[in-house]
Amino acid sequence: MSQASEGSRSLHLSQLTKEFATFTAVKALDLDVPHGSFFALLGPSGCGKTTTLRMVAGLETPTSGSIRLGDTDITYAKPYQRPVNTVFQSYALFPHLDIYENVAFGLRRRKSGDVDRQVKEMLDLVELGTQARKKPPQLSGGQQQRVALARALINRPDVLLLDEPLGALDLKLRRAMQIELKRIQTEVGLTFVHVTHDQEEAMTMADTVAVMNAGVIEQMGAPAELYENPRTTFVANFLGQSNLIAGKVLGAEGDFVKVDMHGITVSIPQERAHVKTGDGWVGIRPEKVLIAAVGEDIDAPGNHLDGGVVTDVSFVGVSTQYLVRMPWGQELQVFEQNTGRRRLFNKGESVDLSWRPEYAFLLDASQDVNAGIEDD
Amino acid sequence: MPRQGKGRYTAYWLLAPGAIWLGLFFVIPFYSLVSASLFDPNGSVLTGYDVTYHFANFGNAIKNYYPELLRSLWYAGLATLVCLVIGYVLAYAIAFKAGRWRNLLLVLVIAPFFTSFLLRTLSWKLILSDHGFVVDTLQKVHILGSDGRLLNTWFAVVAGIVYNFLPFMVLPLYASLEKIDGRLIEAAGDLYANPFKAFFKVTWPLSLPGVVAGTLLTFIPAAGDFINAQLLGGPGQRMVGNTIQSLFTSTQDYAAAGALSVILMALIVGLVMVYIRRAGTEELV
Repeated sequence: MSQASEGSRSLHLSQLTKEFATFTAVKALDLDVPHGSFFALLGPSGCGKTTTLRMVAGLETPTSGSIRLGDTDITYAKPYQRPVNTVFQSYALFPHLDIYENVAFGLRRRKSGDVDRQVKEMLDLVELGTQARKKPPQLSGGQQQRVALARALINRPDVLLLDEPLGALDLKLRRAMQIELKRIQTEVGLTFVHVTHDQEEAMTMADTVAVMNAGVIEQMGAPAELYENPRTTFVANFLGQSNLIAGKVLGAEGDFVKVDMHGITVSIPQERAHVKTGDGWVGIRPEKVLIAAVGEDIDAPGNHLDGGVVTDVSFVGVSTQYLVRMPWGQELQVFEQNTGRRRLFNKGESVDLSWRPEYAFLLDASQDVNAGIEDD
Repeated sequence: MPRQGKGRYTAYWLLAPGAIWLGLFFVIPFYSLVSASLFDPNGSVLTGYDVTYHFANFGNAIKNYYPELLRSLWYAGLATLVCLVIGYVLAYAIAFKAGRWRNLLLVLVIAPFFTSFLLRTLSWKLILSDHGFVVDTLQKVHILGSDGRLLNTWFAVVAGIVYNFLPFMVLPLYASLEKIDGRLIEAAGDLYANPFKAFFKVTWPLSLPGVVAGTLLTFIPAAGDFINAQLLGGPGQRMVGNTIQSLFTSTQDYAAAGALSVILMALIVGLVMVYIRRAGTEELV
């Protein structure tokens, strides 16, 4: 397709809703996925992300709302009539067909010409050229995954849907496939919508991540933006880890909001303070917290916390993770890089903590402080 | 590592009951059947029978009874085809569309077995009888002429075979349809196959093991069946089973009966082998 038509092939979901007999899986979802982007829908199991994907694929009929591809409404189009292909979670490769015929399946249904050349090119792209005549059960999990990808990609869909495509692979293979998928997406330039519950996977691969919870999108943006400036406790906890400390807003001062946090005044940049009055949760990522022996200078103007006691030390190689009990009883997490320039602290030592104000964020206190923390 | 101790013989002990059973009730009767097919045709109950390796028995049997042999294969083949069509639709509906009624429907498929085979076939005789409801109705709508009948026609015999052997078709079909992962059919739809194409490219090939098993389980016993022809057919619908039965029991021409039985068996084995080879590979069965 030409450059000119690209804008018209982006995916738009508006007010999309899916109700099942006993619950609402997706609530009035609005989403725009620009053409050519790698988009991730991230959320815990049961958040509605797979249902959303299945509605885009045509495998579930929305209760209300609409799905448009460019200017074409495809809300009620049959799955075989929409230019959308899916890489299924379980791959769903046809066991009675060999790899070649699995990949050729879509082309043959659409009576596409030059099947042989296209299939061979696609198998080369996923590095399975030599496996063409094997049956799916003869391949390893990673290879089957690549066949599933090739089988969908070869149709050059306007949107490629990936439903937890790496979930069944072991960690090492998963990392390798993440890089592989990203490479292929860049190479073919198609729109990828990737559903996952793995926040690291979403952040490494996607240009834009939408964090979904209980049928709604909590926050959407570039991975770094979501991570650095979460707007809800769910996002703060689900995407990485956060220290959330109860505080009370004292008022604005220049570009900062001053917050009283158990008697300590800290400042938070205006654009990161998502509540301007009353109670809030002061959030800070563990790796942004600096730790020092009592009285030692720390480079962090404004936000200085005395009276911590180290209650746990875990050495994980690249970093050391401390738990520090604060005077108000809460334990804060601190990650420190093992640069070798500083000594490790021991359990029971008294320490001071601090952080640079520009890294903190302030969230609405009405939210559950534990939202998005996985139980496992 | 060589297996040691008592465990070494476990496999043989487990095989023993089956082997003994087959020895007593298959190998010995088979041997006596083949012997009978080679009896001197002049033997009788009074003078006794001798195995004289009279191979002409086979030629004579074919010459005298080829219409019954061909009719058996034709009836069994037709009945198997009808069973496949009816059975496939039924098994498909039970496997994919029945929801919570699935188990009940399966029980209903098997339910006829709670009544004797003979009784069920006899009741078909009533259903298809000359002044029965079915014939009357068909005459009224002029599908049958005013003197038309169903009983003692090929239709009645084939219908009887279809009815009696349908469960043997439905159950293996159901078993292989039920195993098909619904996500494969979704995937076919996602890859531009309309429901019709998805069926012929995915569902049907994956159900072939059931098709092969079901057709064999129907065709083989149907080809040797004599009850349906005897109760529902007339002299013009005699199948090879009827001939063998009367040769054994009334005429007591054991040589001809034995030869005909061996021929039937050889024909069926031959057809089945060709069929399995045509239907695909060993992995299907």
